[in-house]
Amino acid sequence: MIKLNNIQKAYHIGKSEFKVLKGINAHIKEGEFVSIMGSSGSGKSTLLNVLGILDNYDSGEYYLNGTLVKNLSQTQAAHLRNKFLGFVFQSFNLLSFKNAMENVALPLYYQKVSRKERNKLALEYLDKVGLKDWAHHLPSELSGGQKQRVAIARALIGKPKVIFADEPTGALDSTTSLEVMDLFKGINAQGITLVVVTHENDISKMTDRIIRLKDGLIVTEEQETTIINQVILNK
Amino acid sequence: MIVDRDNWQEIFATIKKNKLRTTLTMLGVAWGIFMLVIMLGAGNGLRNGIMGAFGGIATNSFFLWTQPTTKPYKGLKSGRTFIYDNADVEALKKLPSMDIVCPQNQLGGFRQSNNVVRGLKTGTFNVMGQYPEFILVMKKDIVKGRFLNQKDIDDKRKICVIGPRVQEVLFKKDENPMGQYIRINGVYFMVVGLTRVSRGGQEGQEDAQAVYIPFTTFQKAFNFTNKVGWFVVKAKDNVTAEQAEQEAIAVLKERHKIAPDDKVAIGHWNMGVEFGKLNGLFSGIELLIWVVGIGTLLAGVIGISNIMLIVVKERTKEIGVKRALGATPANVVSQILLEALFITAIAGYAGLAAGIYCLEGLNILIGHEDGAMFTNPTVDISIAAKALSVIIVGGLIAGFIPARRAVAIHPVEALRTE
Ligand SMILES: Nc1ncnc2c1ncn2[C@@H]1O[C@H](COP(=O)(O)OP(=O)(O)O)[C@@H](O)[C@H]1O
Ligand SMILES: [Mg+2]
Repeated sequence: MIKLNNIQKAYHIGKSEFKVLKGINAHIKEGEFVSIMGSSGSGKSTLLNVLGILDNYDSGEYYLNGTLVKNLSQTQAAHLRNKFLGFVFQSFNLLSFKNAMENVALPLYYQKVSRKERNKLALEYLDKVGLKDWAHHLPSELSGGQKQRVAIARALIGKPKVIFADEPTGALDSTTSLEVMDLFKGINAQGITLVVVTHENDISKMTDRIIRLKDGLIVTEEQETTIINQVILNK
Repeated sequence: MIVDRDNWQEIFATIKKNKLRTTLTMLGVAWGIFMLVIMLGAGNGLRNGIMGAFGGIATNSFFLWTQPTTKPYKGLKSGRTFIYDNADVEALKKLPSMDIVCPQNQLGGFRQSNNVVRGLKTGTFNVMGQYPEFILVMKKDIVKGRFLNQKDIDDKRKICVIGPRVQEVLFKKDENPMGQYIRINGVYFMVVGLTRVSRGGQEGQEDAQAVYIPFTTFQKAFNFTNKVGWFVVKAKDNVTAEQAEQEAIAVLKERHKIAPDDKVAIGHWNMGVEFGKLNGLFSGIELLIWVVGIGTLLAGVIGISNIMLIVVKERTKEIGVKRALGATPANVVSQILLEALFITAIAGYAGLAAGIYCLEGLNILIGHEDGAMFTNPTVDISIAAKALSVIIVGGLIAGFIPARRAVAIHPVEALRTE
């Protein structure tokens, strides 16, 4: 599903260059539930941005579902995200003026699905995350856990192949965190590939495989894998 | 551009969030449009008022009269007076550039004593010898009966067409003047038609007290023999009034032995020239109004642009999230443009409506007094349409910079946690 060959990315601050990803090689198979771990500033979010086609990378190759993702226009990237990818964020990122149902329906709006149709589907997905009764509540009337479940329903509605979650439990207490992870497990069981960024061991333990980032490189693999780390020095 | 309920929902959410700020900027735009409409309406009123004085005069017409000569010529002294006659009429009619040549004679008018009598009622009116073609050069509305016709001219009939003031003075309110006789300088004329005043100013007042009789009857009844007072001429459509006027003056100078370089002897007034001057003046005024109006409006539009910039900035994260969820740059741009357009349009429409309402009020207040300098200060459909397109263009301009700022927002904003 996801194949990374020697991905490199640097941020430019003024004249100086700050390398964040220094040659990432990884292979995430279809239906896998993977977590990316690493200390703060190790480049987890940066990597997730690249994987989610939210950001470009400088060199290397990124294959998503067999197609090379490189030098896409903004519009092409938007279409790809809309059709293949789902996102769950640490701060939920629900639109404040839309109720739960409308928030869930939003990705379908960009697919030009009619309002009636997408709201109907949104209700179904809200039901899946157990929030059908909250469909007409604004985000401000929901708890953190509920908001994240709405966000998950929103990520699911476009029938994505991969869902990316950047610290999805970062703003939640441990019980709701576990609830969210259970939800993810269920989603993964339906065959959707899941990539979760976290720095909590409890969370990563619930995934199939952990990718550890350190100084812009993948350091060890906890489970059996075919991926080989290449340490590229002085490049 | 997809316009969905979601677009509106977002627009209203934004407006609600910035109620005071949005209201204030909308007031700015409304004021701009209001001023533009009021000024254009006032300009129109002035134009209508001034042009009304020329109401119905063919724009390619001119008048010719006589004045004492100012140059000696062919043994004749300067300061000589002369009079036009029927032979001049024929000579002018032969010119190919002339469309209608109307010789004119008049009794009464300024500082004259009572010349029209009916029973015990008397009045001083402008009694004019006219040709039927006259109304093709200077429009006269006939409200009752008819104007003069060729048969009246041929038979030198003693009939007349009178203005409203004449009717008022000589007839009782409930009396029908048609078929009645009035006495002009001792000669009886039957009333066959009644005119209405169709232009403002002093000209309108003169029209009101006009009595038109056949030109031939006039010459015979009042011992004018073959004399002609002055000419009202309409040029052919393919020549300018100025050119036709020059040709006519040349012919008359020749016939009356006037020095070719005597610029005074043949008095003349050219509608085409005056009309052109006034048109130029009013076009200038209108241009000025647009410049000032659009300037005012621009201030309002900049205000809206500013508000939209704040909105885009406040919602950077939201825009990033939408981008992450699949919003294309086009989606983002159209939302911002729609929002700017909507705010501008509502404000502009309010200004337009208020402007038109005020003009209508003003119109009722002024009324339709004859001879007012300022009449009918309304905006016509074309002004309203122009104002509306200005609003739309303004809205698009207002949205342009914020929209560009919005598309520049990167989808990674969605992941950024403060
Ligand atoms: N837009 C950016 N411009 C410059 N530096 C950035 C930017 N985003 C992230 N960084 C830097 O890159 C490094 C990796 O960031 P990030 O991927 O967010 O780490 P993590 O998510 O693992 O905490 C950090 O040192 C961060 O300061
Ligand atoms: Mg991070």
